[in-house]
Amino acid sequence: MENPAPGDQPGIWSRPNPRLLTLRRGEVGAGAVALLLIGLGLSFTDLAVGAALAVAALLVGGFGLAYVGRRFRSWGYLERVEDLLVRRGVMFERLSVVPYGRMQTVEVTAGPLERSLGLATVQLHTASAASDARIPGLDRSTAADLRDRLVGRGEATAEGL
Amino acid sequence: MAASPTGGSTPVWDSWHRLHPLSPVVQAGRRILPLVVVLAVPFLSQGSSTKSQTLVDAGLVALAVVAGAAEWLVTRWRIESGVLRIDTGLVRRRTTKLPLSRVQSIDLVRPGTARLLGLAEVRVRSGGSREGDVRLAYLAAERAEHLRDGLLALVRGTHPSSPVSESPIARTSTSRLLVSTPLRGAVLWPTLVAAALLAFGRHLTHGGLVAVATLILLAVGTGAARILSSQYGFEVARTQDGLLIRGGAVGTFTETLALHRIQALRVVEPLLWRPFGWAKLVADVAGGQRRRDEDRSASGRIRTLVPVATRTEVLRVAESIVGPAAREVGTAPPTRARLKAPLSYPLLRAGLLDGYAVSVVGRVRRLTTIIPLAKVQSVRWVQGPVQRRLGLATVHLDAAGGRSTGAALRDRSSEEARELLGRLPTLCAAARRSTPAGPAPLP
Repeated sequence: MENPAPGDQPGIWSRPNPRLLTLRRGEVGAGAVALLLIGLGLSFTDLAVGAALAVAALLVGGFGLAYVGRRFRSWGYLERVEDLLVRRGVMFERLSVVPYGRMQTVEVTAGPLERSLGLATVQLHTASAASDARIPGLDRSTAADLRDRLVGRGEATAEGL
Repeated sequence: MAASPTGGSTPVWDSWHRLHPLSPVVQAGRRILPLVVVLAVPFLSQGSSTKSQTLVDAGLVALAVVAGAAEWLVTRWRIESGVLRIDTGLVRRRTTKLPLSRVQSIDLVRPGTARLLGLAEVRVRSGGSREGDVRLAYLAAERAEHLRDGLLALVRGTHPSSPVSESPIARTSTSRLLVSTPLRGAVLWPTLVAAALLAFGRHLTHGGLVAVATLILLAVGTGAARILSSQYGFEVARTQDGLLIRGGAVGTFTETLALHRIQALRVVEPLLWRPFGWAKLVADVAGGQRRRDEDRSASGRIRTLVPVATRTEVLRVAESIVGPAAREVGTAPPTRARLKAPLSYPLLRAGLLDGYAVSVVGRVRRLTTIIPLAKVQSVRWVQGPVQRRLGLATVHLDAAGGRSTGAALRDRSSEEARELLGRLPTLCAAARRSTPAGPAPLP
């Protein structure tokens, strides 16, 4: 746990499903392979450009994979008695504290790729556009359970503006 | 204000009423004036027009007049058991019902033409969606004031003829308004650009540049005129309903702002106002999207409370709203923050006092935000790469509204930020429980 300030909140942090890492690695890998193929294609006409693209593809792939891994490890959420904590970010580390009473809507979304891996994203909205509490890569049943729990707690503690 | 203008009798609002018979004239004024201008242009350029052309033009104007009159005929309103109801629409009937328990504010708006005819518009807002807003345009001015007082009393739950206590807090000096307006960034910089363009254009005999400069000056001029006319004679007073805001040169307005709707107070000090020690006070207000036909001061998320005054006066007004928190100056971040934010470091401050957080940010213009912890929507801790190296972090307190509302306790030391992050959620929860929230907006 290398998160300096936010990580030491007492409690057990939940993390996204490792399949999210698979998904992100797949996305980076696909990008790198596409670049590599373009480089390969170009190498028939111009060897230098092709080689440069191939090197670029390797670099993108390598750094991309490392970054995606760190980014995946940075995600976490913690349900406390009165609020939800969500942390994320590698370069810019962020931790949001959203009281259940302030939640206006809880949104569960799943794009086609997420769906194919049985994943979903849970996002909390408050009256403020700046509130930033999004948890990606949850198992679909985990996401549904979390949503129901959040909605229940929100109703129990709902507050006016 | 104790006795009603109609001889002391309690007004009866529960039978059907119509708007003032002259209201189509004011409404039509807005619609017909552009029409007349459009029609007059070819007329003037040709010197005279054919008879049939004139007939068509007159017909168009007449149509607009008839449409206005018809709208007046089919519009009626009343208050039935605590609900303000308006029926309108000739072809598609529309009934708006606004429960008075949901009312957020009741405003009196008088555009120039309406003032000329002794009319006023009563605007009732319920927060939430804009469908929740009700406009009675127009009533006779005296009747409108009467209705407003009556509605406020109903909302408050007191007898309509009970006296309204009103203690003035601040009044804007006209001379200061006149001097400060050209010094606003939005007015000054475009003017300088236009002046530079004109200077260049003269030398190079560039017609295009001159035209652009003229357009800029025109836009800036109308903008400045709008600011001046809406902030002329600006007054704030405390009543039992919250704040009463009045002002306007050509068109006037009287607004009420319940204190619980204020999400944050902001003291803005533009660069060129700082030598004079001037500031402006605005409030971030929850709920209600701005309508297209309203200007920013009359509605929307930002309400001006003091257009321009000395910092001391502004703080006095803020103090009458949030108490001693307005005097909180906060503490500066550690000196090493200068490396990360060299320009804004001299201004950065943050502090907590008495259920409020105060933050000061800004590079050229100083922005002081006072946010009641009871209104905080979420707390965010952010640490960028430079901040991490320097052992700094920023804690944001998000308020309802856009991304820029709320306060940023910028570049605090890591330890302080960590401590704030631990303490603030608890403080906010405690503040929420001890402060009653306002009426919930309409779903």
